[in-house]
Amino acid sequence: MSVYLLRRLIQALGVVLVMSLIVFIGVFAIGDPVEILISPDADQIERERAIVALGLDKPLWLQYLSFLGNALRGDLGRSFVFNEPALQLILNRMPATLELAFGAMFLALLVGLPLGLYAGLKPNSPVSKGIMAGSILGFSLPTFWVGLMLIMVFAVQLGWLPSTGRGETREILGMRWSFLTRDGLAHMAMPALNLALFKISLVIRLTRAGVRETMLMDYVKFARAKGLSPARVTFVHVFKNILIPVVTVVGLELGSTIAFSVVTESVFAWPGMGKLIIDSINVLDRPVIVAYLMIIVLMFITINLVVDLTYSVLDPRVRLEGK
Amino acid sequence: MTAASISASPISAAPTLEVRNLQTHFFTRAGVVKAVDGVSFTVPRGKVLGLVGESGSGKTVTGFSIIGLVDPPGRIVGGEILYQGKNLASLSEEEMRHLRGNRIAMIFQDPMMTLNPVLRIDTQMIETVRAHTKVSHEEARQRARDTLGMVGIPSPDERLKSYPHQFSGGMRQRVAIAIALLHRPELIVADEPTTALDVTIQGQILAEVQKLAATTGTSLIWITHDLSVVAGLADEIAVMYAGRVVEHGLVEQVLDRPLHPYTAGLIGSVPSRNKRGEPLRQIPGMTPSLLSLPAGCAFRSRCPRAGEECGIEPPIREILPGRDARCHRPILEAAEVASA
Ligand SMILES: Nc1ncnc2c1ncn2[C@@H]1O[C@H](COP(=O)(O)OP(=O)(O)OP(=O)(O)O)[C@@H](O)[C@H]1O
Ligand code: SF4
Ligand SMILES: [Mg+2]
Repeated sequence: MSVYLLRRLIQALGVVLVMSLIVFIGVFAIGDPVEILISPDADQIERERAIVALGLDKPLWLQYLSFLGNALRGDLGRSFVFNEPALQLILNRMPATLELAFGAMFLALLVGLPLGLYAGLKPNSPVSKGIMAGSILGFSLPTFWVGLMLIMVFAVQLGWLPSTGRGETREILGMRWSFLTRDGLAHMAMPALNLALFKISLVIRLTRAGVRETMLMDYVKFARAKGLSPARVTFVHVFKNILIPVVTVVGLELGSTIAFSVVTESVFAWPGMGKLIIDSINVLDRPVIVAYLMIIVLMFITINLVVDLTYSVLDPRVRLEGK
Repeated sequence: MTAASISASPISAAPTLEVRNLQTHFFTRAGVVKAVDGVSFTVPRGKVLGLVGESGSGKTVTGFSIIGLVDPPGRIVGGEILYQGKNLASLSEEEMRHLRGNRIAMIFQDPMMTLNPVLRIDTQMIETVRAHTKVSHEEARQRARDTLGMVGIPSPDERLKSYPHQFSGGMRQRVAIAIALLHRPELIVADEPTTALDVTIQGQILAEVQKLAATTGTSLIWITHDLSVVAGLADEIAVMYAGRVVEHGLVEQVLDRPLHPYTAGLIGSVPSRNKRGEPLRQIPGMTPSLLSLPAGCAFRSRCPRAGEECGIEPPIREILPGRDARCHRPILEAAEVASA
């Protein structure tokens, strides 16, 4: 177990290094921040002073090395725009995005698992067919359109839910969270649902497929042959087996939910990382972009590791020492 | 074989199970598959019935019909399954559930697939105990441990905490057998439980099951296509072909002197019965599709004795005292066995 963890951590370190290089070069290649940051009527001397101050006069590899060195000290550069540490800037926005993503995942499981289970157990009932048709909508309707529709119906016409911002927040661990207050929850409801829609469909389909496959297994028939109650067969014998693929996929989806919450955050003016990165790309705020991408990479690696560990808890056949 | 033993009826008083003209059909898109179509046999108390037949002859479906686990598109469409005089086919699902795993247990064909891979052995055993008796978790655990010990699993206390994948195939089948034995059932349906195992383990398990059945008074239906297993284990034998029982009787009589040409063919294809160097005799042809059984005797296209009258479906009838067969032209002279 600990050997496995160590190996995974070393692998992760390698991935982070490679990604940092790719990200750094990729970002370097897209446009020149000097053009944007310095007023067009600045003279040559002013320009050069700015370039030196930003460290843009040095060769690329030296810039990368100093970036790496700084990164190890937790310094991912200062935002050209806000003149604040890029990392700090992103970390300040992170709780908003995280709670939105986790809220969406929670909704996806809360709604998707029971519906998928029902559709899998009674595949021929009209209700199941309705659920499956609904899940196709969830897959194919564009997020921004659904977001606007939600605002139209629940905020504009019915006036039930607020349409923008995080609402009231409460501080825990030095970070502000919306989900701890009623007002915050009300603000979160629509964006979380919007972000969850695709995942709900995904969970429904995964669960249904899993249930249908598992129901045919000998061990389910044997469980029935033992005279267990239908509830025990479904919720212990079947459910524990379908949790394995569902947890894996949902876990891996968490990363992309965080990374791609950009659209939902824009529609609902949710002040998270997604909105920050869009703004930063517009003004080529290079340190912020780099820092954001690095944090996303780290997040993906962490999520993958956690998913693997969870997987091994759920499925005793997976031995983490192996391979 | 003495005349006295031939005339002894295989059906003793008050059998544990009596199956009468059972019909289980599958309503598929391609048509109605008559997987079991007129199966009758009895299982006397504490006796072992061998249910034999080629692959696809309907043995497993018969077993599932008895424990009430025929899943759609299949359905029991006719006949009676009398367990201690009660017709199981007419019980509600809830009533049937209380018998299943309790009074009537089943052991499946493939030991690698019968235990749930994500649940520990203790979970899978304790839940079975508690499904039918109100005992504490601890008592259930004790019962599970004792039963594991009974089927020959060393250090059962530790093994209870294992997952199925930590066991070999033979050990898994022992666990499945232990689960079947937890409530000391009246009847166990064992569906080729040793076919997937190697010969030595097969022998050990057979011997143990035989001993257990004898000591607990449990009746057994032992499904197999291996006649040598039946010869050593069973008291009676029912031979199935294309969803029907074609011959039924005491095992030594049937194996010694089969009446039905199909039984004779099966016996002829057992390796040990063939002389060294001779090619293994097989019954020519294949089981006909159950979707479109020809009129008349289902075995006709493969039968060396087929004649004119075989175009009409033969009824099952008592041909010799205590010996039933479904054939117009049964083998009555001992000399004919060799040529069949
Ligand atoms: N779910 C099903 N749908 C349609 N036909 C089925 C179904 N289950 C079984 N059958 C048919 O019933 C027939 C009998 O099957 P069964 O499994 O009882 O055979 P078997 O004697 O146990 O064979 P084997 O020795 O291979 O286990 C087969 O021809 C099979 O095609
Ligand atoms: S009835 Fe005719 S075809 Fe059928 S087994 Fe008997 S002899 Fe052969
Ligand atoms: Mg079978």
